[in-house]
Amino acid sequence: MHLVPPGQEWIKIYNLEHSSATSAYFFPRPCMQCDNPPCVNVCPVGASYKRSDGIVLIDQELCIGCRFCMAACPYSARYFNWGEPPHTELELSQPYSVETNIPHRRGVVEKCVFCPALTRQGQIPACGAACPQGAIYFGDEHEDAVTNSLGETYRLSEMLDSGAAHRHLEELGTEPRVWYLPPRTLSANDSDGFQG
Amino acid sequence: MILMVSKDKKGRVMSTRAVNNTMHQASAGTALSEHEYALLKPVMEWGRGTYLVLAICSTVGIFGLYAYATQLREGLVVTGMRDQVSWGLYITNFVFFIGISHVGALLSSILRLTGAKWRYPITRMAEAITFAALLFGALMPLLDLGRPERIANLISHGRLQSPILWDILSITTYLVGSSIFLYLPLIPDLALMRDKLVNVPGWRRWLYRVLAMGWKARPEQHERLEHSMNTMAVLILPIAIMVHTVVSWIFAMTLRPGWNSTIFGPYFVAGALASGAASVVLAMAVFRRMYHLETYITPLHFRNMAALVLVLDLVYLYFNLAEYATAAYKMELGERALLMELFTGRLAPVFWFTQVVGLIVPAILLMLPSIGMLARARTVPWLRPIPLGAGGAVLAVAALGASRFLPAQNSNIATYLLWAGIAGAGLFALSLLPRLQARPVACAVIASGLIVLQAWLKRYIIVVPVLQHPYLSSHEPALGIGLYQPTWVEWGITAGAMAGFVMVYFLFSRLFPIVSVWETEQRESIQEIPVPVRHAHTPAAASPEV
Ligand code: SF4
Ligand code: SF4
Repeated sequence: MHLVPPGQEWIKIYNLEHSSATSAYFFPRPCMQCDNPPCVNVCPVGASYKRSDGIVLIDQELCIGCRFCMAACPYSARYFNWGEPPHTELELSQPYSVETNIPHRRGVVEKCVFCPALTRQGQIPACGAACPQGAIYFGDEHEDAVTNSLGETYRLSEMLDSGAAHRHLEELGTEPRVWYLPPRTLSANDSDGFQG
Repeated sequence: MILMVSKDKKGRVMSTRAVNNTMHQASAGTALSEHEYALLKPVMEWGRGTYLVLAICSTVGIFGLYAYATQLREGLVVTGMRDQVSWGLYITNFVFFIGISHVGALLSSILRLTGAKWRYPITRMAEAITFAALLFGALMPLLDLGRPERIANLISHGRLQSPILWDILSITTYLVGSSIFLYLPLIPDLALMRDKLVNVPGWRRWLYRVLAMGWKARPEQHERLEHSMNTMAVLILPIAIMVHTVVSWIFAMTLRPGWNSTIFGPYFVAGALASGAASVVLAMAVFRRMYHLETYITPLHFRNMAALVLVLDLVYLYFNLAEYATAAYKMELGERALLMELFTGRLAPVFWFTQVVGLIVPAILLMLPSIGMLARARTVPWLRPIPLGAGGAVLAVAALGASRFLPAQNSNIATYLLWAGIAGAGLFALSLLPRLQARPVACAVIASGLIVLQAWLKRYIIVVPVLQHPYLSSHEPALGIGLYQPTWVEWGITAGAMAGFVMVYFLFSRLFPIVSVWETEQRESIQEIPVPVRHAHTPAAASPEV
């Protein structure tokens, strides 16, 4: 979808383990689209900005490549094009858009953007659509509904209440917009859900 | 011959000396007094050494330019920085240079406001450090940009909410302010050079004429100059403090464990002051030697500066304690890995070097000349550095060999040898102390060198390891991608910037008198205040040479 250059992991899956007494679990980390985004706060030119729909975007035509936003993001969600990214014809044929970060360019920052081009068409983002387990739910907070790749739709508010959902590093006050549901059983092959 | 007699406040005669009043001929025949000649000589006579220094500096500088050209062509991929450690040597250099720049203007402003008379021979060399270091400090973040060609966006799209804008504003203000501060007291000297240096190349005569701005040394001109210098001295103080505060806020305004600290402002200001004052001492030593300024830069100046450096060193040590001890006691999860790496891990040698060799040892060295008791150590017959040093070295080598080659059950011997070696090294250091004490200037210079070295390493330790230990890595740490290894491009640019700094500073001293001619002229008599009597019984005071 975004033809992400090699080396970048817009959604990165961590294998976390809280202690040797518990089983490890997978922890996918997209950009959290924070409501109090440190990356946006520190950007000297306003290349990083937050849209009214809650998505944090980077204008690659404005970014000066100072990488202050990378230092500021506690989730290490941002990636920099250190050299010229390898291009494909498909990528180069598209007009530049902040919503896709395509075509990729050198010397600027990129990150997960919650696929606004897909959600506009009523689809869920690429990561959610690609998850065979349906572990990733996506939706609009105001509609109070989230959907996964299996077409299952739940009420967001109920899921957050009953599932003891938490946000990663909530205590930093970044107000991330991604919630994680704890594993329901403690078996090693249990899959984790997260939704945004 | 004029006999000059100087008196202290109580009117006692402190020293008498004769000043040779022979007139020197500036090459084209305008007469220079002995005093003017002594200070203008480096400006008038560029020996072969001058060109050699300039050639070396420009060679290194050109190499730096070549490195930057490579970086422009290939992108930042030629550096060791990657997504995890996204800032490296450039930002380290940035903080270092801004730190060095800190003290020049601040020092001369404080000395001016408090009316310390001994300042006259050293204020200009201090202020010039500020100027040269700021130039290269300000350059560093620009070299770090991924898109340097978009630099104008900072103005057209600048967001005042970003600490980077605070930096730009405060650094440019400081650069302008400290240039004015450097320039104002230069005006009478520029006029002097305009009038008397008739034989220097035409462009320099033009330079002096333009810069002297029609100075005629009229009383009202002097009054205005004095007034503006006082105003600048007051203005520059808060600017200087703010500059380093907002530099530290680049880090402290983030949520990173290790940077997320409330004391970063004063912590950085203290570090900047210590490294800046130390670099002034180094400059004093170099210029004194190079331009034979012994009559102007006296042991008194080194003693006073050493006291200043000592205080700043201890203040900075205190801030280090405040910063690390509070974090280390709690060992909060987010900071734990970082602290362990600094205290016992990969970077532990560098960390402990900055603390012990970079701060504690200089403090001892700076205190030495005032410790009267030490003189007694000289009378202990076996406390001689050469035999002790040789003995310690032999024992250390023996211990190393023993631990390597002796079978394991004999490891006790190796341990004993090791301890003997350590004790020997300790005694060796002790035996050196009285000898160092006899050379207070050397003490001050060595201590200052260590502090400046410490300053750079400390900046590195503040920037890089924190980035290596984020809450979440952007890459797989196991693959070692999270580690940072600067490349030749980064070292090249760093070396180029250092050479550039030396070159600008050196050129300044070759174009303008590095010791103010007019300010030291009126007050020549005040330089000869002898070392206080309390010290007179120690051998240290008797031989205050380097
Ligand atoms: S996760 Fe990082 S990049 Fe994304 S909005 Fe938050 S601070 Fe910005
Ligand atoms: S790297 Fe680009 S997006 Fe990030 S802070 Fe700098 S200008 Fe803004």
